[in-house]
Amino acid sequence: MIEVTDLCVTFGNSGRPIHAVRNVSFAVAKGESFGIVGESGSGKSTILKAIAGLVDPDRLALRIDGRPTGRWRSKAERRLLQFVFQDPYASLHPRQTVDDALREPLLIHKLADIDAEVGRALADVGLSPVHRYRFPHQLSGGQRQRVAIARALILKPSILLLDEPTSALDVSIQAEILNLISRLRKTYQLTSILVSHDLGVVAHLCSRIAIMKGGQLVEILGVEDLRRSKTSQPYTRELLVASHGFTRTVA
Amino acid sequence: MSDAALLEVEDLNVSFPGRGGITRAVRNASFSLGRERLGIVGESGSGKSTTGRALLGLIPAPGIVTAKRMTFGGQDLRGLPDAEWQKLRGRRMSMVMQDPKYSLNPVLKIGEQIEETYRLHHRSSQGEARSKALAMLEAVKIRDPDLVYHLYAHQLSGGMGQRAMIAMMLIAEPDLLIADEPTSALDVTVQNEVLRILDDLVTDRGMGLIFISHNLTIVGSFCDRVLVMYGGRIVEELKASELAAAKHPYTQALIKAAPSLEHPLAELAVVTRDPAWLI
Repeated sequence: MIEVTDLCVTFGNSGRPIHAVRNVSFAVAKGESFGIVGESGSGKSTILKAIAGLVDPDRLALRIDGRPTGRWRSKAERRLLQFVFQDPYASLHPRQTVDDALREPLLIHKLADIDAEVGRALADVGLSPVHRYRFPHQLSGGQRQRVAIARALILKPSILLLDEPTSALDVSIQAEILNLISRLRKTYQLTSILVSHDLGVVAHLCSRIAIMKGGQLVEILGVEDLRRSKTSQPYTRELLVASHGFTRTVA
Repeated sequence: MSDAALLEVEDLNVSFPGRGGITRAVRNASFSLGRERLGIVGESGSGKSTTGRALLGLIPAPGIVTAKRMTFGGQDLRGLPDAEWQKLRGRRMSMVMQDPKYSLNPVLKIGEQIEETYRLHHRSSQGEARSKALAMLEAVKIRDPDLVYHLYAHQLSGGMGQRAMIAMMLIAEPDLLIADEPTSALDVTVQNEVLRILDDLVTDRGMGLIFISHNLTIVGSFCDRVLVMYGGRIVEELKASELAAAKHPYTQALIKAAPSLEHPLAELAVVTRDPAWLI
């Protein structure tokens, strides 16, 4: 479904170029859920943005649904793939109601039966009709993230890109959102790529996990191997140790 | 907890009057702190940061702080005049905030900020303050103190900034440090380094540390004792090592809600809230 071959992304064309992503290759099969973990600055979000067509790769490196894809996308290509961002406080327009936010993608793509679709999308993510005409500031963080997910799914995409969808939320709310994502993934048979710094979250949702460091791919592991710490890479081991919390002895 | 408690709090209440009535941010919180690592965990809005601020007298008007007892090293903190607070804060108790980007002065060099703290509390020459600041930067494991001394806040990475913050808070050698989510903005591998610095300081200097966090894994592995807050109340107090055997349903639910690497679940447990927890 998604093939990434030798993806490089460089920022800043004058002065000192920053190689955010260097020679990253992987493929995600239809219906698979793929995870990317790494620390800040490792390039994990940049990969996701390149796939979504939000940043320009150095050269053509993507095939989505069998077709080579650059930054420019047709409407149909854009509809194929939707994005959920990290911060639900920043990703919703403060002066648009939930209804406006959900209606907009349908209007852009000139779809019919808008009212019913919006209602259905809200029900899908577990929001009640009373939330429909609220503004983002009248919703809690978890509810906002539900709206963001509803907006991503309202066009019935086949690919869902999730960039740290729960890292701004409390653990209890995170559990609700993760359950929601995994339920929707099954219902709509979505192909998804999840980016997170939390190994627990990625292992919960994904079957294969890529580990990134400094713009490069360290390795790709199956979820079972990750759970059993079956890795040859010292960096992966370091991340696994760090995910267990504080250790007194110097590693 | 070898000697007498450093800090004793009984029935601490913090409330904020507002248009819709009074919001009780902290309700009847009682605890004591020795020379140890005490963790406070809870979700956003549970009153954990407000508790920390109340201990430093940093609740802004019109917030109201009341307590039956609130003593720090034997001194009563209730109704303390501002001038007295000034003597305590920075010198004997201080606080590290979550994000170094917002708590460091953007137009002063890192070294100058650290020096300033020292000179406010100790009579000293400029040279002495400077060497003290450099020593402090070294103590928080900054590899090149001379370089960092001359940098500005925006030139530091998150982990470096947080270390500089800790250096600044500790140069006056306080007895009590309140760390409010000190590592939440940091990467996991850096987080451990910062925690190790805090750990050494508690062990070597016999400082009391209140560690406020929403992350149960970190609190459980780092602290000696844990207070669990919900809706402004302390619902449970337990040893960090016994976190897995928590009795309160809220604590249990919080532990279960976090996805674990070793014990995969098809569906994560969701916290069902019982209104009785608030009473």
